[in-house]
Amino acid sequence: MKNDVLQLGGVTFTNRLFTGTGKFAANALIPQMLAASGSQMITVALRRIDATAQSENILAFIPKNVTLLPNTSGARTAEQAVRIARIAREAGCGDFIKIEVITDMKYLMPDNWETLKATEILAKEGFIVLPYVLPDLPLAKRLESAGAAAVMPLGAPIGSNRGLETRPLLELLIENCRVPVVVDAGIGRPSQAAAAMEMGADAVLVNTAIATAKDPVAMGRAFDQAVKAGRAAYLAELADQSDLARASSPLTGFLDE
Amino acid sequence: MEIIVNGQEETVAPCTIAHLVASKGLAPGALVVECNRQIIKQEQWQAIELKAGDRLELLSFVGGG
Repeated sequence: MKNDVLQLGGVTFTNRLFTGTGKFAANALIPQMLAASGSQMITVALRRIDATAQSENILAFIPKNVTLLPNTSGARTAEQAVRIARIAREAGCGDFIKIEVITDMKYLMPDNWETLKATEILAKEGFIVLPYVLPDLPLAKRLESAGAAAVMPLGAPIGSNRGLETRPLLELLIENCRVPVVVDAGIGRPSQAAAAMEMGADAVLVNTAIATAKDPVAMGRAFDQAVKAGRAAYLAELADQSDLARASSPLTGFLDE
Repeated sequence: MEIIVNGQEETVAPCTIAHLVASKGLAPGALVVECNRQIIKQEQWQAIELKAGDRLELLSFVGGG
């Protein structure tokens, strides 16, 4: 376990829980959550300023040793995603980018086609591209070829906390992708994060389930423990399961036999 | 003169980007400025005079997943 690290775009992560900055009741909870969870990568979004509201600089709440993962949320086309990515990099957020292109405003499903187009462009520009997608193996292979640093398939719709509803499809990605697979979106409980890691996911990204828990700091810690347990179980290789009972001791040598 | 700020037309006196940002009472630290699709770094805000028809985007990072 000591040398069990995740490499993404030349950066080494010793913690496999990625977190998000959305929906916290107060930004001051973010550094506390990061300290409690040990998360080394956190997402942020870019928006037009609201001149009528006094807003804090969210970047000021993220310690320098935590890698920023700006997302392209709000983009409805590859072109918009590319533009947001370039702005984020120019603004000093580094080379990581989570491509999130959503055209379906009812279910908030990622648009895999636009996401692939944006990945092709941004990977060529030297970004470390983490595309957020529906779990589709042929698409994931195309993303790999396009230079994605990882693929980030959803477990369930954004913010739904429903867990690994796409499990069989996630398994195909985990088994067949050369790049790391990060399960993003839908994970609502630490047990679901652990399940993803047991399956062999390389990391999980959790925002809503932590940020909207009654105690986000304690929940961050709980997710960290779950991710570590799930990863350890994956590395230890799970025992077989069977439909029938299998006794743990010999069924011979009983008293009075 | 007319410029477009975050998609809305605005009438402003000729000024620099730095002046416009200050006049809106925006804290520069968190602000990202794009002018006609070019990112303008904070060091350049003083030097760039706005022209009629310029399209400005005033952006900042916010919470997101």
